[in-house]
Amino acid sequence: MMTAEDKKILERFPLLINSDIVYLDSAATTQKPAEVLKAVDDYYKTSNANPLRGLYELSVKATDIYEEARKKTADFINASSDEIVFTRNATESLNLIAYSYALNTLKPGDEVVVSIAEHHSNMLPWQFACKKTGAVLRYAECTKEGLLTPNMLEKLLTDKTKIVAIAQVSNVFGCENDIQSFVSLVHEKGAVFVCDGAQSVPHMKVDVRALGVDFMAFSGHKMYAPMGIGVLYTKKEILENMDPFLYGGEMIEYVTTEGATYAEVPHKFEAGTVNAGGAAGLSKAIDFINDIGFDYIEKRESYLSELMMTELRKIPHVNIIGDDNPSNHHGIVTFTVDDVHPHDIAAILDSDKIAVRAGHHCAQPLLKYLGVMSTARASMAVYNNSDDVMRFAESVKSLRKRLGYN
Amino acid sequence: MASTFYNEVLTDHNINPEHKHSLPEANYTLEGVNPSCGDDIILNLRIEDGIIKDGSYEGSGCAISQASADMMLDLILGKTIEEAEKLSEIFLRMIKGSVSEVELESLEEASILQDISHMPARVKCAVLGWHTLDEIINKSKE
Ligand SMILES: Cc1ncc(COP(=O)(O)O)c(C=O)c1O
Repeated sequence: MMTAEDKKILERFPLLINSDIVYLDSAATTQKPAEVLKAVDDYYKTSNANPLRGLYELSVKATDIYEEARKKTADFINASSDEIVFTRNATESLNLIAYSYALNTLKPGDEVVVSIAEHHSNMLPWQFACKKTGAVLRYAECTKEGLLTPNMLEKLLTDKTKIVAIAQVSNVFGCENDIQSFVSLVHEKGAVFVCDGAQSVPHMKVDVRALGVDFMAFSGHKMYAPMGIGVLYTKKEILENMDPFLYGGEMIEYVTTEGATYAEVPHKFEAGTVNAGGAAGLSKAIDFINDIGFDYIEKRESYLSELMMTELRKIPHVNIIGDDNPSNHHGIVTFTVDDVHPHDIAAILDSDKIAVRAGHHCAQPLLKYLGVMSTARASMAVYNNSDDVMRFAESVKSLRKRLGYN
Repeated sequence: MASTFYNEVLTDHNINPEHKHSLPEANYTLEGVNPSCGDDIILNLRIEDGIIKDGSYEGSGCAISQASADMMLDLILGKTIEEAEKLSEIFLRMIKGSVSEVELESLEEASILQDISHMPARVKCAVLGWHTLDEIINKSKE
């Protein structure tokens, strides 16, 4: 039964309150609270002008909103404002590192290390950078539960290692990596550590200073903000020495026909008109998260993961992928059902108005490594409740029968 | 909605396929893969004098891809390659949503997949076997 507390959170999400969809695809993108939608709307209704450009009051207002969003984002992960570059999403943030840092740093024979469990967005940019520079890409393997220990990573590190890129939370297993230990090992070798925070930043307190990471990439749209605004954190001393990613307006101090002097960081990395409306939404999404609090978010998501795993375990022929411990799932439960293709799982659940992801989750090398072709994934956020989980479990229970199996 | 595809005809073809086996006497074998979801169908045909004398499929995939291939073989076995080509053309047109009642009937059980045209993500599953068939037919004409 939905509690008063469940209802109070749900009511903040217009899409969910106005439909009977059980939304279990939050790892792909979260639904948006009304206050975030309103912040975007307000920006365009009251403050819209091209930020950073106009010499009139309205443009100053737009600039302030944009820069306040940067400050709020910086505080949120314990960075400083000039270490925050706004991008479109985590993918663009990771590409920015590959183009502006890796291409200028890597030499033939150098090594880049990623884990086999990485999302394609934290794998393809490194494949590209290695190919361009003659560096070698090495893959750290994980256990069948998705775990990568500092020990396993250490074995792959050599004096040639220059970049190590690993997600804090896996989008397939939901498990958390021990980033702090990874960073110590990587720094001992004189290499830099890139953290993909797309699945961690929305679900736990992330402190880039405490972790010691050199780069952290994440997407606004997976943390209750609109699509089209993403974040790249880079340690200031590294960012200042990086070349621009894109060239154009708003990233230069002086231009002549011969060349240009670039603007200060972080503006140097934000060529062209920025997404100020998106930044206003991200700022409000951070308020929303802070208002609810990570203690509560973690407790709730852990409870829901546990309930979901307990219910799924009762159903014959259902196999859960990942750690046995529900608190190491961060709302992500990936599973298969014997004889039922994940696309059929998603289609049948859809007919019961339950939205789950099916396929390779942009992690084809991982699924190949695990020996499965594709899987189904249910992923939760703070607005989900036990009713959602029970409706989902009921539907999963009926799957084999509806496909004609006993 | 999606559930309508999962009727008895479809689930039966998926679970108890008539044509899913190897075919050592095949003179044409081709693998069709749908990389986005990993559906994988190996179509085996024995074509003699322009007639599809025997055929089977192997591989793995979702219920729609498997049942569609099985129903396709039901239809084309014993037919000339021109007839098979025609059926394939009708099937692909049905998936795109433009087919007459008479044409629909000619597809027999395979016509249950008509509504899949509303689910773009599943169209590839339904047509995988048929596309593979087209490629074999083109090859056999060379
Ligand atoms: C771990 C991880 N990294 C990166 C991404 C890419 O995020 P985006 O598509 O927002 O760039 C995702 C999203 O699916 C993800 O789960």
